[in-house]
Amino acid sequence: MLQIKDLHASIGDKEILKGINLEIKAGEIHAIMGPNGAGKSTLSAVIAGNENYEVTKGEVILDGEDLADLAPEERSHKGVFLSFQYPVEIPGVSVTNFIKTAINESRKAHGKEDMPANEMLKLIKEKSELLEIDRKFLSRSLNEGFSGGEKKRNEIFQMAMLNPKIAILDETDSGLDIDALRIVANGVNKLKSADNAVLVITHYQRLLDYIVPDFVHVLHDGKIVKTGGKELALELEEKGYDWLK
Amino acid sequence: MSKYTEEELKKELETKEYEYGFYTDIESETFPIGLNEEIVRAISQKKEEPEWMTNWRLEAFRIWKNMVEPEWANVRYEKPDFQAISYYSAPKKKDKYKSLDEVDPELLETFKKLGISINEQKKLTGVAMDIVMDSVSVATTFKETLKEKGIIFCSISEAIREHGDLVQKYLGTVVPQTDNFYAALNSAVFSDGSFCYIPKGVRCPMELSTYFRINQAGTGQFERTLLIADEGSYVSYLEGCTAPSRDENQLHAAVVELIALNDAEIKYSTVQNWFPGDASGKGGVFNFVTKRAICEKNAKVSWTQVETGSAVTWKYPSCILKGDNSVGEFYSIAVTNNYQQADTGTKMIHLGKNTKSTIISKGISAGRSQNSYRGLVKIGPRADNARNFSQCDSLLMGDQCGAHTFPYIESQNSTAKLEHEATTSKIGEDQIFYCNQRGIPTEKAIALIVNGFSKEVLNKLPMEFAVEAQKLLEISLEGSVG
Repeated sequence: MLQIKDLHASIGDKEILKGINLEIKAGEIHAIMGPNGAGKSTLSAVIAGNENYEVTKGEVILDGEDLADLAPEERSHKGVFLSFQYPVEIPGVSVTNFIKTAINESRKAHGKEDMPANEMLKLIKEKSELLEIDRKFLSRSLNEGFSGGEKKRNEIFQMAMLNPKIAILDETDSGLDIDALRIVANGVNKLKSADNAVLVITHYQRLLDYIVPDFVHVLHDGKIVKTGGKELALELEEKGYDWLK
Repeated sequence: MSKYTEEELKKELETKEYEYGFYTDIESETFPIGLNEEIVRAISQKKEEPEWMTNWRLEAFRIWKNMVEPEWANVRYEKPDFQAISYYSAPKKKDKYKSLDEVDPELLETFKKLGISINEQKKLTGVAMDIVMDSVSVATTFKETLKEKGIIFCSISEAIREHGDLVQKYLGTVVPQTDNFYAALNSAVFSDGSFCYIPKGVRCPMELSTYFRINQAGTGQFERTLLIADEGSYVSYLEGCTAPSRDENQLHAAVVELIALNDAEIKYSTVQNWFPGDASGKGGVFNFVTKRAICEKNAKVSWTQVETGSAVTWKYPSCILKGDNSVGEFYSIAVTNNYQQADTGTKMIHLGKNTKSTIISKGISAGRSQNSYRGLVKIGPRADNARNFSQCDSLLMGDQCGAHTFPYIESQNSTAKLEHEATTSKIGEDQIFYCNQRGIPTEKAIALIVNGFSKEVLNKLPMEFAVEAQKLLEISLEGSVG
């Protein structure tokens, strides 16, 4: 589904990704772990098409299509979803209005009409129940005054609504208490199917107790230095990252 | 006898419209350029005005002659040559175009985006209407309903002729001829405008919109509006149009006077979308407007405005809170893009006891535009327990535009409570990227962010107007990011 080949990316003159190779197949969950500054968030931003980063070499391929020339919104329409580490606030725009706009823009890109209101309502109801989201929450301004946990839950709610092919969860566990973590992870697990894939980016192994990965990759200084099964995460928890350098 | 075909029916309806049209002279007539007493007299005479009106205009003209154009506003423009303007042009009878195919496609595209119906589009661009039955019947029903309630809603010219006593009693009582340069000029030469009177205790059953007024499509360069809400009455008035108004006249100087008598309430909503000039700043309308309301005891006036057009805007809808317990509100969204300049805000003059005012101003600047909020809150010595809350928010797009806030406060009463909040924010790249990531393209993302920013004001507009205004904001900011 998603292939990353020899990916190099820089911000300004500084090269951050120095040749990443990764293949994620449909139905798989991959985790990328690594110390601060290893390039984890850069990798997620580059896959999503953030123009602040320059791809100097290599390719990102989704279902056989090179994403290089696609704008971030076009990648989204093709099924790339990024759950942000720090979701932004948009004052005056309700969660409902935002997600409605996002869904209809995506439908428009696929030549479809706007989603009928009753269908939208049903979907919102279903997905908000899945993530134990209160109705009142949906009328609040996007991320404005949200707690860390609410922000992350809102990200996963949007993921549920947009139903992406590949979901990248960037440090989704940060700022979550144990209950919120369980709800979010539970949501992700329920959304998981044989047709989609998840890439979990995390610093700690805690989240991986709940979202169990098929593969764990260790990112260090812009390169994947080790790949293993879920037990690698436990090993890292125990030994830290230093032994891999 | 030939068959009475649909074609013939159409023709007859068209002819009938002309036959019974408001204006009887078919030929267009324009006065020579320049302004002097003779021209003022001639305007008055053309409009068959009574002597008191002619004298009132002349008095205004004499005052204007001795005034100088104000320069304190935060705008720069080449001053118009007031002697190079023609001050009277009879409304042209002829349709400008035979069909919509002849109209500028760019304009039509904008109409489409705004969701304006074909018939409305034709009306706005001056295309001959295929069939006028609909609009005539709507307007007629409308007029009858108003008549039953004793509401007068007509052109100011008609009011001067038919309701002279009311006009004479109130004209210039809120904005006197001496008020300012543009108001004096307007008083001398105003071409036409609207008049509205709501009788005691009457609640106007519908939104009064200038659009529905029969035979009043063109508003002219110097518009004059006088609205009187008698004791205990209520009216919601809509002015302007979201459709872009392209006008040959560069200078527009309107005056609006609102009178809210005891216990009356007036809601006055405006959407202004005059031609702002092209992307390089050429052309565009200068909009110098004086709008003011007087509130008697327990009266309430709300000004809501969405300003997106004009090259230069100079406009301060104000409230004189004369009566005890009266309330004044000002909700404004001002958008400037490219080389537009806006200096707009309000004055809340608290004279009575327990008077309250609220000011919410949202300025959005893009391109190389300059957007200023200028407001005065004045508390008179007798205005015990006066309250004001002001909030001025500015949103910037890009790094070449400017937002300025000039709040003035003058308080002569120590019991007054005044609050002022101001924020300036910028649409961040991270906000745009976030929206992009969720599949929302940049232009749409900006519209979403801007609408969110303006929400408090948009919510004050009547429903249908708010939807149109929202789309308008979107269109006004198109192309504002690279």
